[in-house]
Order: sequence, then structure tokens, then C-alpha cells
Amino acid sequence: MSDIVLKTENLTASYDEHIVVKNVNLSIIRNKITAIMGPSGCGKTTLIRCFNRMHELSPKAKVEGKVLLIENSNEIIDVYSVDPMLVRRKIGMVFQKPNPFPTMSIYENVIAGYILNGIKLKKSEADEIVEESLKKVSLWDEVKDRLRKKGTFLSGGQQQRLCIARALAMKPDIILLDEPTSALDPVATAKIEELIEQLKDTVTIVIVTHNVGQAGRISDYVAFMYLGELVEYGPTDVIFTRPSHEKTEEFLTGKIG
Amino acid sequence: MANQFIKKLGLSKDTLFNLILTISAVLLIILGVGFFLSLFNASLVSLKKFGLSFFAKAEWDPVQEEFGALPFIYGTLLTSFIALAISLPFSIAISIVLGEYFQKGFFAEVLRYLTELIAGVPSVVLGFWGLFFLVPIVREVEMKFEIPPYGVGILTASLILAFMILPYSGSIGKDAMRLVPNELKEAAYALGATRWEMIKKVMLPYARSGITAGIILSLGRALGETMAVTMVIGNYHGIPENIFSPGNTIASVIANEFTEATGEVYLSSLMYLGLTLFIITTVVNLIGRFILKKLQH
Repeated sequence: MSDIVLKTENLTASYDEHIVVKNVNLSIIRNKITAIMGPSGCGKTTLIRCFNRMHELSPKAKVEGKVLLIENSNEIIDVYSVDPMLVRRKIGMVFQKPNPFPTMSIYENVIAGYILNGIKLKKSEADEIVEESLKKVSLWDEVKDRLRKKGTFLSGGQQQRLCIARALAMKPDIILLDEPTSALDPVATAKIEELIEQLKDTVTIVIVTHNVGQAGRISDYVAFMYLGELVEYGPTDVIFTRPSHEKTEEFLTGKIG
Repeated sequence: MANQFIKKLGLSKDTLFNLILTISAVLLIILGVGFFLSLFNASLVSLKKFGLSFFAKAEWDPVQEEFGALPFIYGTLLTSFIALAISLPFSIAISIVLGEYFQKGFFAEVLRYLTELIAGVPSVVLGFWGLFFLVPIVREVEMKFEIPPYGVGILTASLILAFMILPYSGSIGKDAMRLVPNELKEAAYALGATRWEMIKKVMLPYARSGITAGIILSLGRALGETMAVTMVIGNYHGIPENIFSPGNTIASVIANEFTEATGEVYLSSLMYLGLTLFIITTVVNLIGRFILKKLQH
């Protein structure tokens, strides 16, 4: 059995009595890229928002079932029985629209997680985290001379990489990417995709996408969701060449979506 | 009919509309300039007699016809800034509560209604209330501290003012907080911030310029507020010694004395006071705008 980092057991999520994720059992493999795809409204975003307990921020949202974060064989965190702030520091998130904090400089944006949580960093520590995180997203060379400038002056693609750096700076086990390229142009998208592939050595990546091509290009594993249910899950090459469900095939061939 | 008339003039509806707009705008400018010029003109007698020493003199003696505005300028600025300091924490609290915690629902409605109610209370009623409820309380406090128990004075006026300006700064602050994009709040939560950490480090910095705008607007209101202040400030023509002393504001002096200003110099000095207040509020607004511009970049 492969090394599992996150596991859901009978996960069901709803908004105001309306069920959006139905009874999902899914195991995310460590240091791999898992893509969650499906037509819009299938519950894929809600599913990953249950992983880091962002779902419950919406009013009238409910979650049932279990999510386990397996840090190593001795340390298993039951996500829904600990402080949500702790979970969110261990499972980072990047959103559809780049959202750097407009009141903070590029430098502050990278260490925003520490600033927000009131964690005091020594100047040298902060410098190191900023440089390392920006290098990981290949933004360092582009911004190293203007770290004190506002992050909102960057281009959309750069802003999104800054947001990934901000998530990486917290040294999370997993990063959840919620359609991170849907607001970007093709060039910026290609850069982000390349970056995601480089990152999987350091962090597990779960990416939500409705773009079949993107799922095929970058993911190691792929999950297909339809109407709130997990229809099929497995290695990307298997699912893309021999899908066992009719719905998956229809989605892959563009008949639904 | 109207259309035919327009056609005869050879104007399109669009140019006519533009013409009306331009005329209204020009009229507004003429009114503003005219207001300033006539006020200036009416102050001329006093302006010639006292010049700039008007602002430095602490004397206000209608019998000897010696007029100086210093105690009133001092009183106006002092009451307004103390009021601002008192209302600031409450205003920020209202902004946070109505702008984030209770955006909808019963409690939000009640609180919103109450603040609007405060804004709608006629200032003479507030002054009256202050005179009979606030003044005795301040008097009690003064007796405890063994200060002459006037009850009326700078502090009492500031308290009333603080209460009066709260709805303005609070409501603008609330709107500023609600304008914080949801994506930013989510980003903060996703990094493990608590709600309070998110408010403190993301929402308040983002809403800062809006909150400041509310404060400056309310300061402009406090500077010119007349009725309620006149009723509780004590109408003392000297420079107040401390915040418990009676004092006077520019607006109060004008309201109290314009009916009895018989002499030419006296009336002109009151006009000069009016001009002074006009200039002070304009300067405050300009400074406010400058601060806002700085904050937005």
C-alpha cells in the first residue's frame, strides 16, 4: 500500500440541508499530485474545503464523516476533533482568484501566515523563509529587488505564485489548489502547472480542476466526481486510458462537463 | 411642444442635458464663492480693526468693543478632539460588530436602527437631555474629585458631541468593513488565522481609509455642532483651565450673541468668527482628504 497522507471516511457535506458531497471515501497519496475533476457543481471544491475545514465557514454548512491527516505512522490527526486553525496551518490552500493581501508588501505576504497567527520570527528566520518560499515558486528573481512593494502590483500569474509561496511558507503537509489557473492566461497557467510538478517532492498537492487537459498533464492520481459522488479514483494513466465508469468516459470525451 | 422648442433652438437632447448640468454646476460654484465673499465682506470692519490679532486675543468684551477669538477657537478644537477620542473606540467597535460579526439578522437590525435613531435625534433634544441627565452625573464626578462642581463645561459638551458623531463614524466604518473582499478573509482563515486575527490584520488595515474618512467626516460635524453644545458648555468667555471648566465654542458664541450684537464692530466680529469656523472646517476637511489619499496608496 502506498503512503497515505489524508483519508476521508464516509464524508458527507451539505449547505442548508442540500447535500453537495455524498459519502466520499478517498485516500490521498503523499508527495503525489492528485487532481479532482468533474463538471461544475459536482462538489469538488466543497470536498477539498472539507479537508481543511473551510467548508464550515459558510453559514448553514454541515460536515459528517471523518477526515484523517496522517503526518506519519505515529501521528494521525482527526481533522474534525482538533482546532480548525491547527488543521489549516497543516493543510494550506490556494484559491481560484489570486488573493494576496493588498495592505501587505510582497515580503509580508509570504510570511502572512506567521503574522496572522502572531508567531514572532527573527529577522534572519523571516528572511530565510521568504527567500526559500519565493525560490520554490520561481518568483525570487522577479521580485527580490522590490520585496517591500505591495504584492498587488504583480501580474495575475505572479500574484498566484505569491499565494502559493504564502501557503508553502507555513510548511504544510498538503496544499489544496482550488482551480488555481482559472483566472490566468495560458502562459501563466503553463508556468503554474510546471511549478506544481516541481513542488510535489516537498508537499502533497491536491488540485481541483474542471479542465481535463490540466488533470491529464500534471496529476499522478485523479478522482472524478459527479453529482456529489466520487465516481472513480485511481492512477491518472489508468483512468485516462481505461475508465471503468461510463460517466468518467463521457466526461473525458467531453460529452458532459 | 417641448421637443419642437428644442428643435427650434437647434439643440439635441443630449446637449440640452449637458447645458442644464453645466449651469447647475456653475451656479453651485457661484453660490459657494458668493457665500465666502459676503461673509468676508461682513467681517471686514472687525478684520480691519483687529487683523490677525483677533486669533491671538483672549478677550471678548462687547462693552469695550474688544474682540478676540482665541478662547472659542480653543474651545471648539478641544471639545471636538476630545469627542473624537471618546467616540473612536466605540466607533471602531461598531464597525467591527456590524461590519463582520452581525451583518444580517435580528441583532444587526436592532443595532443599525439604534444608531440611525441617534443620528436622527434633534440636537436641541440631546442638549436638553444632557442638561438634565448628563450634567448631574458630571457634577457628581467633579464633587468626588473636589473640582468646582459646575456640571456644565468642556467635558460635558465633549460627551454629548461624542454621542452625536458616533452614528456617522460608526456607519461609514461599518460600510468600509463590509467592503473587505471575501477572498481576503478566506485567505486569512486558510492560513490558520482566528476570526479576531483576521479582523485585526486583514480587515482593519484594508478598511483603514474608510474608517478614517468616517472619523474626519464626524470631526467636521463636531466642529460645527451648535445647539446641544451651547446648552451644556457653560458659555464662559475665558480660556478653559481644564476639561471640567466651562468654556465656549465658536458656534455657541454666534448662536448666543447674534441677537444682541447691536454695534457694528460687535456684529462684524461675530461674522469674523463665522469666517474663522468656516476656514477651520475647510482646513480639517483638506487635511482629512490628504490623509485619505496617503492611506489609499
